[in-house]
Amino acid sequence: MDQNDLRTLVTVIAFVTFIGIVIWAYSRRRKHRFDEAANLPFTEDEAAGPTAGKERSGQ
Amino acid sequence: MQEQATYNYKVIRQFSIMTVVWGVVGMLVGVIIAAQLMFPDLTHGISWLSYGRLRPLHTNAVIFAFGGSALFATSYYVVQRTCHARLFSDGLAAFTFWGWQAVIVLAAITLPLGITTSKEYAELEWPIDVLITLVWVAYAVVFFGTIVKRKVAHIYVANWFFGAFILTVALLHVVNSAAIPVTFWKSYSAYAGVQDAMVQWWYGHNAVGFFLTAGFLGMMYYFVPKQAGRPVYSYRLSVVHFWALIFTYMWAGPHHLHYTALPDWTQSLGMVFSLVLLAPSWGGMINGVMTLSGAWYKLRTDPILKFLVVSLSFYGMSTFEGPMMSIKTVNSLSHYTDWTIGHVHSGALGWVAFISVGSLYYLIPRLFGRTEMYSVRAITAHFWIATIGVVLYIAAMWIAGVMQGLMWRAVNPDGTLTYTFVESVKATYPFYAIRLLGGLMFFAGMLIMVWNVWKTVVGAKAADAAIPAPVAAHA
Repeated sequence: MDQNDLRTLVTVIAFVTFIGIVIWAYSRRRKHRFDEAANLPFTEDEAAGPTAGKERSGQ
Repeated sequence: MQEQATYNYKVIRQFSIMTVVWGVVGMLVGVIIAAQLMFPDLTHGISWLSYGRLRPLHTNAVIFAFGGSALFATSYYVVQRTCHARLFSDGLAAFTFWGWQAVIVLAAITLPLGITTSKEYAELEWPIDVLITLVWVAYAVVFFGTIVKRKVAHIYVANWFFGAFILTVALLHVVNSAAIPVTFWKSYSAYAGVQDAMVQWWYGHNAVGFFLTAGFLGMMYYFVPKQAGRPVYSYRLSVVHFWALIFTYMWAGPHHLHYTALPDWTQSLGMVFSLVLLAPSWGGMINGVMTLSGAWYKLRTDPILKFLVVSLSFYGMSTFEGPMMSIKTVNSLSHYTDWTIGHVHSGALGWVAFISVGSLYYLIPRLFGRTEMYSVRAITAHFWIATIGVVLYIAAMWIAGVMQGLMWRAVNPDGTLTYTFVESVKATYPFYAIRLLGGLMFFAGMLIMVWNVWKTVVGAKAADAAIPAPVAAHA
């Protein structure tokens, strides 16, 4: 196996890994956990709730 | 000290304020060198203030002082709030602040003195490079240490982007700064010839990709959902966005060296990977913008959201423009012209500065025990003056750049050049004026921000003790 075979191999492995990540991310089983993760910024106790500072319709 | 009861906001406050200060300084230097291009004798031949020395001062100040401080501030805020944990070490965090400020001050002293490695965006000489390395290691320890002690199972996507930014910049900085010191203020690169050029632009483009993109995408994934009041459009897309960016960005650097001594295949590789980059960039942009779906009406009244969303629009624009410019045939027209300057500022002002400013307007009142900035109207004014400034700036540079490219390549039927170089300079003159005007407007916007931040912070001084937000006790 010469150097270029190794380079090709690494490229193919990286590509297959990436495809694997895409399939993993979009698998149905992940949905619940990702929905939970997406709400992480809103789980903290902000002084006046997550929308504080935005209700200022009459500026 | 109530060690674990509060978040460490002190270091975030310090970095937030310094972000505004360095933003003003860096952009002022930018305005000065823009004026120098119109009036070359502006600084009366004083060598310390010559264009060649102020230009790296401008780029270092806006990228590493303004952008860097914004990244420190927001990453420390986001990692604490999404991990439900106080920063790993207050002492190390304080060291990153004072160390980083020392780096900036040293840069502001050495660059005008003409002390430089002459590597673009890596001009600082080796003793400063060593200090940067120390600060960066401390930053990594604080950031990843906080992630390790997190109280929630998942590591939020913004932290992945911040983490990639910290790791990659460490790698880039150490490899590209490898040099043989000759004296205390002079060193020579460890690489030679075209290898040196390739290492430099591997660094240079990844500085764009990880310092100016990944870190600010971390901001995007936290502050856009927070300000819009709804979770990110697709968390799955954000995961794919992250990994796609990681797998591709590293290989795009050679597009800075088209038509040079760099082997042709390397140039083509850089071009192809730059084109591939369009996909993750736009995936991320769409993810950010779509987070607002169902909340678009908020854009009408919320100037912070305006900053954040327009920053994403500029991100989309410049990440479309970048791949196009990396195509060899387009690059043969655009390279070495002001088109490149326009492209960079579309990204740096439109994307990086807008998302930072939007995030700071969200952050600063919260760090000083307030719910919003002193003046929301001033944020709106800042937004519009900055937007018009950016548009003037980049439109002028686009036209100037394409014009220069066309003039430089024009040949007469007998094969001689149609225009001398100085004719293209003369033709550029009006566009330099428009660019200066655009830059002045953007700078004026920053001054409005200074006033607004001052008013917000000074009035809140008394409430300073109550600032550390209550930690999520239920976590």
